[in-house]
Amino acid sequence: MPYKRTEQKFNGKINVCEIGAGDAAISIGGEKTLPFLGDEGFKTAVGIAISDAPEDWADCFKTIYGDDLKNPAAFAKAAVEKSGADFILVKLASADPNGADNSVENCVATAVAVEAAVKVPVVIEGCKNAEKDAKLLEAVAKALENKNVVLFSAVEDNYKTIGAAGAMAYGQKVSAESAVDINLAKQLNILLTQLGVKSQDIVMDVGSAAAGYGFEYVASTMDRIRLAGLGQNDESLQMPIITDVSSDSWSVKESVFTEAEAPEWGSLEARGIGMEVTTAAACVVGGSNAIIVRHPESAKTIKSMIAGLIG
Amino acid sequence: MAVKGLDIFKLTPKSNCKECGFPTCMAFSMKAATGAVPIEKCPHISDESKELLSEATAPPMKTIKVGSGDAERVLGGETVLFRHEKTLVSKNLFAIELSDAMSDAEVAAACDKLKKVNYDRIGEMMFVEIVGVRFAADQAKFVALVKKVTECGKIPMIITTDAEAAKAAVAVAGAGAIIMGATKDNAAAMVEVAKAADAVLGVSADSIDALHDLVESIEKLGYKKLVLNVGETSIKEAYANAVDIRTAAIKGSDRTFGYPSVVFTNKLAPGDINMQIALASAFVLRYGSIIVMEEMDFNAALPLFGLRQNIFTDPQKPMRVEPKIYEFNKPTGKDPVLVTVDFALTYFVVAGEIERSKVPAYLAIPDAGGYSVLTSWAAGKFGSTVIANFVKENNIADLTTSRKLILPGKVAVLQGDLAELLPEWEIVVGPTEAMQIPKFLRDLQA
Ligand code: B12
Ligand code: SF4
Repeated sequence: MPYKRTEQKFNGKINVCEIGAGDAAISIGGEKTLPFLGDEGFKTAVGIAISDAPEDWADCFKTIYGDDLKNPAAFAKAAVEKSGADFILVKLASADPNGADNSVENCVATAVAVEAAVKVPVVIEGCKNAEKDAKLLEAVAKALENKNVVLFSAVEDNYKTIGAAGAMAYGQKVSAESAVDINLAKQLNILLTQLGVKSQDIVMDVGSAAAGYGFEYVASTMDRIRLAGLGQNDESLQMPIITDVSSDSWSVKESVFTEAEAPEWGSLEARGIGMEVTTAAACVVGGSNAIIVRHPESAKTIKSMIAGLIG
Repeated sequence: MAVKGLDIFKLTPKSNCKECGFPTCMAFSMKAATGAVPIEKCPHISDESKELLSEATAPPMKTIKVGSGDAERVLGGETVLFRHEKTLVSKNLFAIELSDAMSDAEVAAACDKLKKVNYDRIGEMMFVEIVGVRFAADQAKFVALVKKVTECGKIPMIITTDAEAAKAAVAVAGAGAIIMGATKDNAAAMVEVAKAADAVLGVSADSIDALHDLVESIEKLGYKKLVLNVGETSIKEAYANAVDIRTAAIKGSDRTFGYPSVVFTNKLAPGDINMQIALASAFVLRYGSIIVMEEMDFNAALPLFGLRQNIFTDPQKPMRVEPKIYEFNKPTGKDPVLVTVDFALTYFVVAGEIERSKVPAYLAIPDAGGYSVLTSWAAGKFGSTVIANFVKENNIADLTTSRKLILPGKVAVLQGDLAELLPEWEIVVGPTEAMQIPKFLRDLQA
């Protein structure tokens, strides 16, 4: 018998979400099939991460960025240039009340400077302290009104502030973060929409882990979320997925042990890229619509893999 | 399973004679349809019907053995597309490729690397299982390389479309070698070579339709120990083919495609090792059975083997270790106590680092539900009471004269509560990542 393709019939569709403004705008999502199997031109956007507190980053980044590491706007510009990334993520890590506890005003100024320095959409992350992030991301949303940035991310403890201020008052996009669990992802999306945030303005951060460190849960969570959105047409799970693998990938021993600590392992930079590229590629085929990495080489590799997959 | 209980029931005499061990023909039929009991158990179904049924009740994807002795592995045998539905049973294998066109020095360097990348990860040895040898020009050298690979304990993959060369190579390759392989132009000759050597035959074609036709014609020649090449010319096609072939087998009951796959990332992205790593990762998730790379250094091995180990675990039973007190580096009753959770991954990472530190120590592991540190903490299974009770119930204070109890840095918040619950202990907050444990323990000792 001649070969006949077994169609996986889906009636759902992932939302299209536009991020960035004017010439810088890009859109993510819109697929009607599992990643890279349809003809709708599904494409994962690749983002590059920078931080306002990169002191603990591996030495190779000092070589790549030099003094730009100390100046977020210059850092942002260099990162986009060197990586060719489609968008940028700026981590306002200095805001951490248990760390440098930088003020909201200072951090907002950093976000504004970064946005002005690049011609790509901007995703802005706080310091992962729910209370501080609520204040910080609200202020960022206000300062960058009309720039259509992504506030990364709202969690159960602060979604009201970030959702109301960010998405509704100042027209930004909001990322809904949950901990590697389809039900939690669904619940937060529902809470945000009940608050009045349009589902087109929501993207999901469904969690991640470095390859080898519990990634099976990430893989299965993404599979289940995509199958629910496409197969069961579950509207509360049809938001595009955004995944930041940069921090996890560069904090496991495979990508932290120096060449002195693990001489047989070879170049630390190569190991970090290997870990980041492995983790990112796995998320990309799992369904991430926007993937964020730290090393410019990782960004280039994932971009060209995506180009290859689209053909 | 494609066959329904009712289809089987129609073939029984409906006499309820119970010889199969089931009370009724219907009960037997329902069980047989799930594959839980073989059709043969009913002596009253005709042989003809049995043959028809055993085809139809055969698993959707064949299980193919490759290699022999210690190197033997199985591929295929999957029944689902996604690991949350049911466990994926056969982890993918990794391969690198050599060729008779390489200089002796290049081959030696590649072999050295193969020997080095061989290490324990969570109780499982990690290494490249398969070595491909591609035939370029020098048949004697080619055969010698295949022999060398086999003697090194690797599963040889003989890569040539020349049936004569394949025949010479497979003669030195031992049982379970892979011949890569058959095309529409050499199928008959290759099948003969593979059959004679009982080797696994790789099948390649220009398109997925042509591949299907070729597999059918090879099956007609009487050979069913096959692996299917998903294509080497374009990433888009290789990926779509890998997914479509597996989907046809699992969801479409297309037995012709019920075979494991081979992916040559070294052909899809020649010379670009980072791209090969990215592709290998994608194919670990999406249906690559044998994944070939140019080389496998630690920068590729560490993340890829880790990813594979994750993906091919059983989703129904999280990997746990027994809650108890573990000893490291021969403690002598005066050494500190570290605390962690009973999640196997966490245990192995932490245990490895305590060993590396060479500092004698105890590791106390309460029942934390088998979750990671933060997960179990967030789930309320690894709080100060749980830890304090464990320390008291196990009389840890009698085990060691040290009063240092070291917490994982990620749950530093427990320090205050624990200090109240365990007043005789000094609650020390350890580092957040296990890799910092050796330095931490040595500093503590000093
Ligand atoms: C996989 C995962 C799960 C899996 C569980 C897997 C498992 N068996 O543990 C599932 C999906 C079930 C899960 C569930 C939940 N999860 Co979860 N999960 C993760 C994830 C992605 C990875 C965890 C992992 O495997 N880490 C690897 C192991 C090895 O790390 P570890 O145990 O911490 O060990 C390291 C260190 O702590 C250190 N260490 C360990 N022991 C010791 C001891 C000493 C003495 C020292 C010095 C060091 C040390 O060494 C190790 C390596 O460096 C993380 C996010 C992430 N990227 O880390 C979230 C995460 C841990 N989960 C989280 C949450 C909230 C949950 C839930 C409570 C969600 C919910 N509300 O239902 C549930 C709880 C479970 C339940 N059913 O009730 C949060 C915790 C947030 C917080 N800060 O409290 C996290 C951080 C995600 C997030 N960003 O929100 N989760
Ligand atoms: S042995 Fe066959 S005929 Fe007898 S009860 Fe079982 S299925 Fe029916």
